[in-house]
Amino acid sequence: MKTFFTELFKKANKGPWPLIITLSLLLVGTITVYQSPRSLTAFLTLMLCPLMLYFLKINSKVKLFIGLLLVIVIVPVLGIRNIFYLEVIFQMAVFAALALGLNIVIGMAGLLDLGYVAFYAVGAYTWAIFGSKQLSLLHSIPGAAPAGAAFALAPEWFWLFLFLGVGLAALAGILLGLPVLRLRGDYLAIVTLGFGEVIRVLALNLDKPINLTNGPQGITPIQRPPLPPDFILDPIRQLLAPVVGHAVTDAQLYNVFFYFLALIVILVAIMVARRLEDSKIGRAWTAIREDETAAIAMGIPLVRLKLAAFAAGASFAGCMGVVYAANRTFVSPETFSFLQSIGVLTMVILGGLGSIPGVIFGAAVVVLLNIQILQNFSLYLSELRQGDTVIPIINFAWKNLSNQLDPAKYQKLVFGIILVVMMIYRPSGLIPAERRQRELAEETE
Amino acid sequence: MKQFTSNPFYKFILFPIGQMAVFVLGASLALSVLIILLAYIFRSSITANFDLVERTLLILPQVLINGITIGFVYATIALGYTMVYGVLEFINFSHSEIFMVGGIVGVELMAYFDHTGALETMNQYVVIALAVLLAMIISGTLAVTIERVAYKPLRNAPRLVPLISAIGMSFFLQDAVRLILSLTTGEFNVILPNFGTFDEFLVLAVPGIEAPLRFQIKSMLLIGVAVVMLVGLNFLVNGTKIGKAIRAVAQDRPSASLMGINVNLIISITFLVGGALGGAAGVLFALKVTRLDPFVGFFPGLKAFTAAVLGGIGNLTGALLGGLVLGLLESFGASYLSIFTNGAFGAEYKDILAFAVLILVLILRPSGLLGQTVAQKA
Repeated sequence: MKTFFTELFKKANKGPWPLIITLSLLLVGTITVYQSPRSLTAFLTLMLCPLMLYFLKINSKVKLFIGLLLVIVIVPVLGIRNIFYLEVIFQMAVFAALALGLNIVIGMAGLLDLGYVAFYAVGAYTWAIFGSKQLSLLHSIPGAAPAGAAFALAPEWFWLFLFLGVGLAALAGILLGLPVLRLRGDYLAIVTLGFGEVIRVLALNLDKPINLTNGPQGITPIQRPPLPPDFILDPIRQLLAPVVGHAVTDAQLYNVFFYFLALIVILVAIMVARRLEDSKIGRAWTAIREDETAAIAMGIPLVRLKLAAFAAGASFAGCMGVVYAANRTFVSPETFSFLQSIGVLTMVILGGLGSIPGVIFGAAVVVLLNIQILQNFSLYLSELRQGDTVIPIINFAWKNLSNQLDPAKYQKLVFGIILVVMMIYRPSGLIPAERRQRELAEETE
Repeated sequence: MKQFTSNPFYKFILFPIGQMAVFVLGASLALSVLIILLAYIFRSSITANFDLVERTLLILPQVLINGITIGFVYATIALGYTMVYGVLEFINFSHSEIFMVGGIVGVELMAYFDHTGALETMNQYVVIALAVLLAMIISGTLAVTIERVAYKPLRNAPRLVPLISAIGMSFFLQDAVRLILSLTTGEFNVILPNFGTFDEFLVLAVPGIEAPLRFQIKSMLLIGVAVVMLVGLNFLVNGTKIGKAIRAVAQDRPSASLMGINVNLIISITFLVGGALGGAAGVLFALKVTRLDPFVGFFPGLKAFTAAVLGGIGNLTGALLGGLVLGLLESFGASYLSIFTNGAFGAEYKDILAFAVLILVLILRPSGLLGQTVAQKA
């Protein structure tokens, strides 16, 4: 079975086939998504394109051209027709950045961090507190805020806060790292889990004595950075209107704006991660991960490097937290729960521990699974509930199926199954990093 | 003296109960003294119109009883963690879900009795005993199944791998139970049926204390069942041949297998016993909080793990002591935190208290209160 697919792959990778496959996928995908914006299969076809670009052998310049065409032209246009896709890709980019950060902590340095979402929360709440009216409401009870409170800062400060978010999250990473330096895998996992929960409970309860986080109601509205000025935007609007079929609103332009912003952050994150991986620091992390005692004997400064791993991983999350807060204009403590930490962990495990393309792929798959596939399954079930059909073998009417049974809420089940199955059958992930594959495979033989 | 300590009655019943009593009294005394001292120190910083020391002393007995009750529950759960760690050097993350499943199974049995009308006619203690027994069987079996499916194939993998598998299993169980409950009952909260005299109080008027001491029968029952199980566990581990085999495997696995012990069987038995204890603790917890849902295992599991670490992981007595101390700390925190800080920090921070304790223990005394320092293995 495995050899069949490898043979097929080799055949498809020769000659003009890669280009033909990719271009046809691109064409078919674009047309089908344009025609039926709500179809899942159309979206998946379009999504297969970047995957083909990664795996198949095409001339680099052509790859670059197709990639740029896809990212800069096709997706934004399709996204304006149906905002949902830009939303999905934005989520993929956000979680890909988180997964890259966690990849540094777990995949490169070997420190199992289960409270990663805490750094995400730090970044998001930083912009939330300073970019909204919260600072002028510090002494008010949540829900009884006086009207007429002013925004603390002008929206242009968002760009500064992108960097401030990175810095603050890195600081939080170092603060987390300090007490846990001596701990081994199991204890480290529990302590980091505890830390994540502490941050969540603090966000939930810091509405007295001073109202810093506004408690469970969350902070809203949070300002977004201003769009580029009109003399840039007007020609774009005029260009897009006939293609899309209706006038382009500001909200839709904001979606495209955030899509590009997220992509830029992801590109920077990938570059940083790649540079770190191939540097002295990256090799030192690999040494710590494989054998700590030998690493100490080689003279590697353990304390500094572990703290650096936590800080580096946390900074990715902090940056994305700021972007997320600005996009959603609303943060609440529920978003930063243990489920999210495990979600990011699942992405890293599914994609491949320590492998940069792997974790991005893992993030894309898990986000697709959660947003598209589970939702569609849920919709399908509710359609079935409306009708009068019956499950065949056990003769149980779909109508009587409890309303509580909503697959979109069963993320934990999906995450759990993915984690257990991956660990037993393919611990190095779907797109493994070579070094890890050897390391993890030879132990389980 | 020798005939005193080698007589089985003393060795396996009196001594463990005596040890537990010493722990309970010692921990209660230490914490009470501490809180009264703190009350005297902070007496002047209270803005409300009551005397801190008076208020402290007033609620102290009730706080102590609450703490001991929940402490025994945590101790029972912690024993599951510590036994598995002793034998496999591996934290069984899904133990909190085994605890939850046991609780839900027990409550469902009682709901079934309620449904068939048998609840009024049966002796209430018999009902509880049956529920605990069923929960123990189901949880033990579940634990052994989990071990076979998710941990055994990974026994020789690097540490990260079975740990992640355990986390995955824990998540899977939470939602699987939710799925099953949704399919069968349509909602995923299970509520304990109202029966028996558990909510009544045994009131003792003690001269010298203003308000009479009220012992809820529920708490007494909880402590009683927990003590019985702990004594039973102690007998199993220290007095039977299987217990000796468990201790041998925990001490040195290759040598134990050379001595002719079937290591795989012993590991399965360890998971069975740990799981059974967790299940029983689940029913007791359900008695206390009267309402369970599939996610109720997370926090008690985490706190029980903290308790196991606090007492010294791998050490059964340590788990008991750790559970009691943590239960008392949590009870003290929940009741006194808001009083001492003028309402700035309230009872909602009591969950974080356990994490704070964990971090402090791991920084200051990683081997726990009763543990020996474990050598760093690569």
